[in-house]
Amino acid sequence: MAEKTYGLIATFDTPGDLMHAAEQVRDAGYRKWDCITPFPVHGLDKAMGVGRSRVPRISLAGGITGFCTGMSMIWFMDKFDYALTVGGKPFFSPLFAFPVSYELTILFTAFATIGGMFVLNGLPMHYHPVLNYENIRRGTDDLFFIVIEKSDPRFNPGNTRALLEKIGGREIAELES
Amino acid sequence: MSHVQEQPADSPAILSEVHPLEKPRAAMVGNNRSFAWITNKICGIAEEKTPTWWWYCFICACFVASFTVAGIIYLVSTGIGVWGHRNPVNWGWAIVNFVFWIGIGHAGTLISAILCLLRQKWRTSINRSAEAMTIFAVVCAGIFPVFHVGRVWYAWFLFPLPNSNYIWQNYRSPLEWDVFAVSTYGTVSVLFWYVGMIPDLATMRDRFAAVGKTIRARIYGLFAMGWRGSSRHWSNYEMAYLILAGVSTPLVLSVHTIVSFDFAVSLIPGWHTTIFPPYFVAGAIFSGFGMVLTLILPLRAIYHLEDLITQYHIDCMCKIILATGTMVGYAYAMEFFIAWYSANPYEGFTFINRAFGPYWWAYFIMVSCNVITPQFFWFKAVRENTWLVFILSLFVNVGMWFERFVIIVTSLARDFLPSSWGYYTPSVVEIFTYFGTFGVFSVLFLLFIRFLPIMAIAELKAVTPQADAHSTGKHAEDKHHG
Repeated sequence: MAEKTYGLIATFDTPGDLMHAAEQVRDAGYRKWDCITPFPVHGLDKAMGVGRSRVPRISLAGGITGFCTGMSMIWFMDKFDYALTVGGKPFFSPLFAFPVSYELTILFTAFATIGGMFVLNGLPMHYHPVLNYENIRRGTDDLFFIVIEKSDPRFNPGNTRALLEKIGGREIAELES
Repeated sequence: MSHVQEQPADSPAILSEVHPLEKPRAAMVGNNRSFAWITNKICGIAEEKTPTWWWYCFICACFVASFTVAGIIYLVSTGIGVWGHRNPVNWGWAIVNFVFWIGIGHAGTLISAILCLLRQKWRTSINRSAEAMTIFAVVCAGIFPVFHVGRVWYAWFLFPLPNSNYIWQNYRSPLEWDVFAVSTYGTVSVLFWYVGMIPDLATMRDRFAAVGKTIRARIYGLFAMGWRGSSRHWSNYEMAYLILAGVSTPLVLSVHTIVSFDFAVSLIPGWHTTIFPPYFVAGAIFSGFGMVLTLILPLRAIYHLEDLITQYHIDCMCKIILATGTMVGYAYAMEFFIAWYSANPYEGFTFINRAFGPYWWAYFIMVSCNVITPQFFWFKAVRENTWLVFILSLFVNVGMWFERFVIIVTSLARDFLPSSWGYYTPSVVEIFTYFGTFGVFSVLFLLFIRFLPIMAIAELKAVTPQADAHSTGKHAEDKHHG
């Protein structure tokens, strides 16, 4: 196997076949592998042994930042920096500061969620060995793939290929990095 | 005396077993279409040669949009006086149109966010175009308040930016809340729309690359962020999408609530009511679904999307219009009741004046379009007649515009000082500017149809029966391994 090999890729025809195969790759103890699917297949996370996404933590941090930004911004502007008398109302109250802080909570949560999703996924990444596979365009259309990376400690060209064959993968091919 | 009758032995009063009603679930995609068919159908719309009808519509829309451009140029070069606002009606068409357009946008967010949280699978075939509608409606809405400030080059004073007067915005005013609500709404809607589109842009990238159209593949690829359909990515992506839906739900409810605060926090009779926030939100969703149907039904007919937008989808939308239209009707009645029950003579006068005063014709159009029109959707025969649904959806749009006109103008034209009473008529410039926004909206929507996937391809595939891993392939025969 060439030094430049990224890993092995196998094709599957239906979500059911893929799920069945993914469970066996997981049970064989592989860690650095992935499924390529045209849409989110329900239950595949569990079949792959992928844990719950960590995006919500980033979202929560974003939301808290947004709310605090709103409250402190309004306190700073309308009470501290330039106290403005309007209608005899207090210079600062969390009540009238709430709507703006609420909107900023949502705005910051949205940015944190999307930013967090991109960071956790390592996107944007316009060059990837998987994208060089000639048939991969069907992976955004109607076919399903399993990719096992060479950097996985259990990776062995012969055994891994045999596993992919055994679990029903067809057109097993090497990916160049 | 006994009323208890002797039960025959073979029909017990209590059934030993109760079977739930067995009713087949409506198919989200008609004719059991395959994954590849869905991809081809949706991508084909953007890939085919530009159809002739598109050019006719586009030129027509550009012509209409030029009215807004001309109206605004005239306004900026001359002054705000060219709009028909004068005391006491300083909020005329500008704000009517703003609330109208922002309300239209709400259905898009409702479909993408609230229906997502409620796991309504029928949202998948309409959410992309409804979100596009939201964004374009917010663009049209934004034009009015920005130019209503008069000296538009000072519009940045709305935002907390340091300026040479060293003065900040007044956060005690709902108008300032509105600045944050609407700008957050616009931003989050764009983000939500874009994130939802990433996998579909990747699909289009791969299809263009496959036929050798490198430049288009690169442009779509740039926006697809190198998406490759990795399952580990989908996991984070789905979580992010769910959270976005979760935060968009309070957002959409809060935006129109804050828009209604613009009125409700004032002391003007007819505005100063606690019913305004829910009443405005229901009205916004009502008008938005009207607009969704107005846009989707022609699209469905032109591109033969009957398998993706089935009769079930139209039924669902009609029923939401019926529900929200009835809520709006209830709010109209409740306003009258409270005006009487509060024993406030100003409030009472305002509502009598609304229905029987000089603007009775606007009130009459509003009630007939918003309360009577949706009641037709009780009947299945009406919901199944596409032409009728389309015409009724137009009535909904008209009615909701008049609702805002009635609320804003009737209350202002009869203020506390009878000597300033008058009859508000919009100027020609106002009418042209408003008319033109339909062109602006259409131009943007036509470009969307032409260049972007008009339906969420990946999501549509996920709601087909063959996407269920337990019904296909080896997994169906086998039991779980863990």
